[in-house]
Amino acid sequence: METFVPPVPSRINYLNAQYGLKSWLLTKDHKRIALLYLGSISFFFLVGGLYAMFIRLELLTPQADLLQSTTYNKVFTQHGIIMVFFFLIPSIPATLGNFLVPMMIGAKDLAFPRINLLSWYIYLLGGIVTIYALLAGGVDTGWTFYTPFSTTFSNSYVVATGLGIFINGFSSILTGLNFIVTIHTMRAPGMTWFRLPLFIWAHYATSLIMILGTPVIAITVLLLAFERLAHIGIFDPAAGGDPVLFQHLFWFYSHPAVYIMVLPGMGVISELIANFSRKNIFGYSFVAFSSLAIAVFGFLVWGHHLFVAGQSLYAGMIFSFLSFAVSIPSAIKVFNWTATLYKGSISYDTPMLYALGFIGLFTIGGMTGLFLAALATDVHLSDTYFVVAHFHYIMVGGTLLAYLGGLHYWWPKITGRMYPEGWGRFSALIVFVGFNLTFLPQFLLGYMGMPRRYHVYPAEFQVLHVLSTAGASILGVGLLIPLFYLIWSMRYGKIAESNPWHLPGLEWRTQSPPPTENFEYTPIVTWEAYEFAPPEETRVVGKFREEAVEKF
Amino acid sequence: MAESYAAEHEASHPALQHHFENMEQQREAGTLGMWVFLVTEIMFFGGMFLAYTLYRSKYPEAFAVASNHLDIKLGAVNTAVLILSSLTMAMAVFSTQLGRLKAQIIYLILTIILGLVFLGIKAVEYHEKYVDHLIPGTLIPGNPFNPHLELPAGVSMRHVEMFYWIYFAMTGMHAVHMIIGIGLLSVLLYFSAKGRYSPEYHSPIEVSGLYWHFVDIVWIFLFPLLYLLGRHLGGHAG
Repeated sequence: METFVPPVPSRINYLNAQYGLKSWLLTKDHKRIALLYLGSISFFFLVGGLYAMFIRLELLTPQADLLQSTTYNKVFTQHGIIMVFFFLIPSIPATLGNFLVPMMIGAKDLAFPRINLLSWYIYLLGGIVTIYALLAGGVDTGWTFYTPFSTTFSNSYVVATGLGIFINGFSSILTGLNFIVTIHTMRAPGMTWFRLPLFIWAHYATSLIMILGTPVIAITVLLLAFERLAHIGIFDPAAGGDPVLFQHLFWFYSHPAVYIMVLPGMGVISELIANFSRKNIFGYSFVAFSSLAIAVFGFLVWGHHLFVAGQSLYAGMIFSFLSFAVSIPSAIKVFNWTATLYKGSISYDTPMLYALGFIGLFTIGGMTGLFLAALATDVHLSDTYFVVAHFHYIMVGGTLLAYLGGLHYWWPKITGRMYPEGWGRFSALIVFVGFNLTFLPQFLLGYMGMPRRYHVYPAEFQVLHVLSTAGASILGVGLLIPLFYLIWSMRYGKIAESNPWHLPGLEWRTQSPPPTENFEYTPIVTWEAYEFAPPEETRVVGKFREEAVEKF
Repeated sequence: MAESYAAEHEASHPALQHHFENMEQQREAGTLGMWVFLVTEIMFFGGMFLAYTLYRSKYPEAFAVASNHLDIKLGAVNTAVLILSSLTMAMAVFSTQLGRLKAQIIYLILTIILGLVFLGIKAVEYHEKYVDHLIPGTLIPGNPFNPHLELPAGVSMRHVEMFYWIYFAMTGMHAVHMIIGIGLLSVLLYFSAKGRYSPEYHSPIEVSGLYWHFVDIVWIFLFPLLYLLGRHLGGHAG
């Protein structure tokens, strides 16, 4: 006798809801757009990394052997432009933020799904224009485009590169706009401001910088292009213009841009530290408001890039004071994370290893920033490898580590598969060791007087440069391993449950991967963020989870 | 237990997008989105206002001379035209909210016409500058900056040119925004002729109105800064 066995319906999720190229390229689903971004920023990261490899190889020896001066100038410029504008700035907001902001607040999508898709196309267009500029002959001004070199003397593709950055800026503006409106208007019932995960607060602060700062770089680059094309004396002293005005306008965006890079990273770290310590974060509102404080203070410190540019001494003193002040909210975060770890039940999974690495490296990056914020020491250290090491500790040691930690943490939610934990921990350690070996020697080099942007140097610097290049090779390997195993895990990884880490956050209360509309029902939030059960209960999380499901 | 998504959306307004809970939330998001966008616009124009402030304080005489050469009558007429267009725009929003379809269409058309009048007058002004060789740099190939202005002692022609790039950058960027605004209103007009907007669903018109008023306000700042300020100081050229 034959019995009819009804086919088991496969779970519909955002990945298998629709098939075909068109369903991706015209998607309005924030999760799919996040994946589009993930692919494209990974591409730009590889390009930027390739340039870094050439820089480090050239610096192995004191002479110019691999690259000539003009080529070297282009290589470090393009490394900076690609990494800053096309990787670091969109990295966490456009991928993890795009994926998680609606899920964490219990919304079906961002407020403007079409604008979200548009922002990806704008990013792509800006990227294509920039890549065209690089292929046509490149640009050699440094990523800072200082005038009058960029407007009058450089013989490279300044306008085309500038156009790429100008276009790309609008993708950042639209992402920030979308986040702000979403967080204000789309929160699920019961999701009050002080129940928001700290990841959301960090993205809110980041979005404020994106919408306030990015338009200024847009107009600055536009004026730069006008001056170069039409020979109008906007920043040209020969025509009565002021080159320092360019530096003011440039850094008015580009200093806060550092916080666009690191604030979302801090948001990720707050999630990781609280969740992998299984504790409520220490001082929730301090961590939340310190994000806003960083966004506000961040706009008032740009002048510390102009200490040696002929800025008035009094302006210098005020900017120096304010730059010291911005370290306070950053330190609040570090102290609160550390206090959260205290007596937590910590598990050392890969994301947590990245988070702990972040705390150490960000602290070093932040502390060395104080040397540069002090007027007297900055005269000695300005434009040396000390600066290079300092900002790489923030951008790579901070943002990149947070990005990788976040990517591993939410990987099961994004793909529905687990990454291989052993390989994850192994590569996290490799990245940490390689990173420190690359950039610690650069602090010494800078202190000894090695200027940035030079590829010929005195022979006594060679040992430290060789160490740095060796570290960069290790770092490169450490970054390639996740590329391989993450791609591998998309097909062969262990199937992930909806809540593999057993956590209370909203994004873990729906299936992995989530359905297109994120939740089956509009969630009603009755719990605080990071509400773990009291430690005296054994098997706390599992028990808590069942209770939560009942409440839900 | 909350209702399922499908049930929630039954019997809702056809203009309600799938990811919003209700029309109120959708309207709120649209309005806030436009306000945030206008903040970015303020920052965008802010860079040019900063350059204006810096160079005006650096070269007051040259700026006064150059400013005197602008046509104050055309500028004043244009200011009136724009303020009037803001009134008609506000009336378009008002009549949509009251469901007066015909008035809504008429006011939208009037606003578009006033916008076009503004751009026409602006074009006349630009043409005068072109004839007088007042276009800065080599912006127009073959017609470099070379005006016949009598300059008081100590005033450099390059600083006069500085005023003109600021003038063209700011009014040019403003004109670009006007063109975008007229495009926006034309789309609204198309849909409003089809009867899409009603007292229940009027946020596109309201939000576009915000944008239109903002572009107006930018001009309200530009007119005195570029045309009026320091007029009594530079009687040498006219």
